[in-house]
Amino acid sequence: MSISTIIQHCLTGISLGGAYALIAIGYTMVYGILRLINFAHGDIFMMAGYFMIFAMASFPWYIAIPITLLATVALGVVIEKVAYKPLRTAPRMSIMISAIGVSYLLQNLATYLFTALPKGYPEIPVLKKIYQFGDVSASLVTFITPVLTIVLVIILMQLINHTKMGMAMRAVSKDYDTAQIMGIKINNVISYTFVIGSLLAGIGSILYFTDRMTVYPYSGSLPGLKCFVAAVLGGIGSIPGAVVGGFILGVGETILTAAGYSTFSDAFTFVLLIIMLLFRPTGIFGEKATDKV
Amino acid sequence: MLKIDNLSVNYGGIKAVRNVSFEVPDGKIVTLIGANGAGKSTILRTITGLVHAASGSITYDGEELTKLPTHTIVTKGITLVPEGRHVFPDMTVLENLKIGAYLRKDNLNDDIEWVYSLFPRLKERNWQQAGTLSGGEQQMLAVGRALMSRPKLIMMDEPSLGLAPIIVKEIFNIIKEINKRGVTILLIEQNANMALHIADLAYVLETGTIALHGTGQELLANEKVKELYLGKGK
Repeated sequence: MSISTIIQHCLTGISLGGAYALIAIGYTMVYGILRLINFAHGDIFMMAGYFMIFAMASFPWYIAIPITLLATVALGVVIEKVAYKPLRTAPRMSIMISAIGVSYLLQNLATYLFTALPKGYPEIPVLKKIYQFGDVSASLVTFITPVLTIVLVIILMQLINHTKMGMAMRAVSKDYDTAQIMGIKINNVISYTFVIGSLLAGIGSILYFTDRMTVYPYSGSLPGLKCFVAAVLGGIGSIPGAVVGGFILGVGETILTAAGYSTFSDAFTFVLLIIMLLFRPTGIFGEKATDKV
Repeated sequence: MLKIDNLSVNYGGIKAVRNVSFEVPDGKIVTLIGANGAGKSTILRTITGLVHAASGSITYDGEELTKLPTHTIVTKGITLVPEGRHVFPDMTVLENLKIGAYLRKDNLNDDIEWVYSLFPRLKERNWQQAGTLSGGEQQMLAVGRALMSRPKLIMMDEPSLGLAPIIVKEIFNIIKEINKRGVTILLIEQNANMALHIADLAYVLETGTIALHGTGQELLANEKVKELYLGKGK
């Protein structure tokens, strides 16, 4: 393998990792606030793929993208209000089962509405334009994904550490009762969390599917599961952890594929998960917590 | 004035509070004393809306609070210093104070300075994470955080819990100081001796009901209180 091929593969891996990271943030933030693993998150990501297909059918890409993101955010918030909010005081297990239910609902709804056949993902010409650096060539989306991911994460961290809403989110993630005594409206904070999570899943979906070219009703389940693993690897609840986890999985998977072991690329994710859970169950950046499902 | 009328609360399947009535007049220090499990904390949690009343009413300046959510109740000028302090451990001292003023939109500098003048030790630890403070410092921070909302009524749940006597004294002096500024105090204590000494009015809670009440001085002199709560029985 020449140097340029290695760089090429790394680039692809980093790009895939960026998309994973964006989705993993959604898992980790919702977990941080609600202590809920939002199993529907991968399917929100899949629905975002369909939204883009339909938006692009009638609008140019620069209008279609905001529409897609808006629809994805709306979907995420509605799911929270309908499926999770009524269970706020229920045992943790009930709300998790509700999340699994929503996941199946979305998959079957997509199958019913759009059929199980893969639908072609629209091409955004700007993103697909090929750039060449020496022997390394890739489409713009490959370069943009990791950069955009890092920029979004920096913005998100600023938001969480330096705004009033961010302060409220940190408070709610630690202590519901005391946060309420401070005058924080828990439900607003939770909605806000779902807005951010879904928005990032929407952006991740555009970047991911532009590279994959097709969407089908189960497109969200394996990437969703992998991004959940990424969040666990990094330490669930930690945003930098989710990002690092996403990049590790993306790069690892791509390198395995490049080395000719593509059969094992999915298994790699889960082997990594098992190893992590055996030796460091709280993840790379995870805090010690005894209270988990 | 905060008025509790015939309040009953169920908590974890048991009747934790039964037909309790008492008043907290403006500008006073009122204390509720009683043994562990007498229902003291439950009453405070019910006033703040964290727990819901089974029956009875809680009014503040004539306004019914029992059906309101916590984040609305605190806008009325009521706040709670919870038992066990519950400062936000990952936030700095300054951030904890700022979050205490979450509902305010005006400038906080004067209030922060005031809290730091009450608790100079917090000022030294301005940038330290609250979780790394000692128990006494955390209690000071919890009180300071409550002051940041400019409350009319502060409820304190066991502020002396687990603290060294000298720190307890300091905290109680601050409570008096805050009260002198016109803030009403509703204090829950197991340290009945300290609480009765600073209280204008006192109520003794026994297994969910009010057993005795009077001024702080009256209860200090009461034989039954002496025996059961002050450890000065014959």
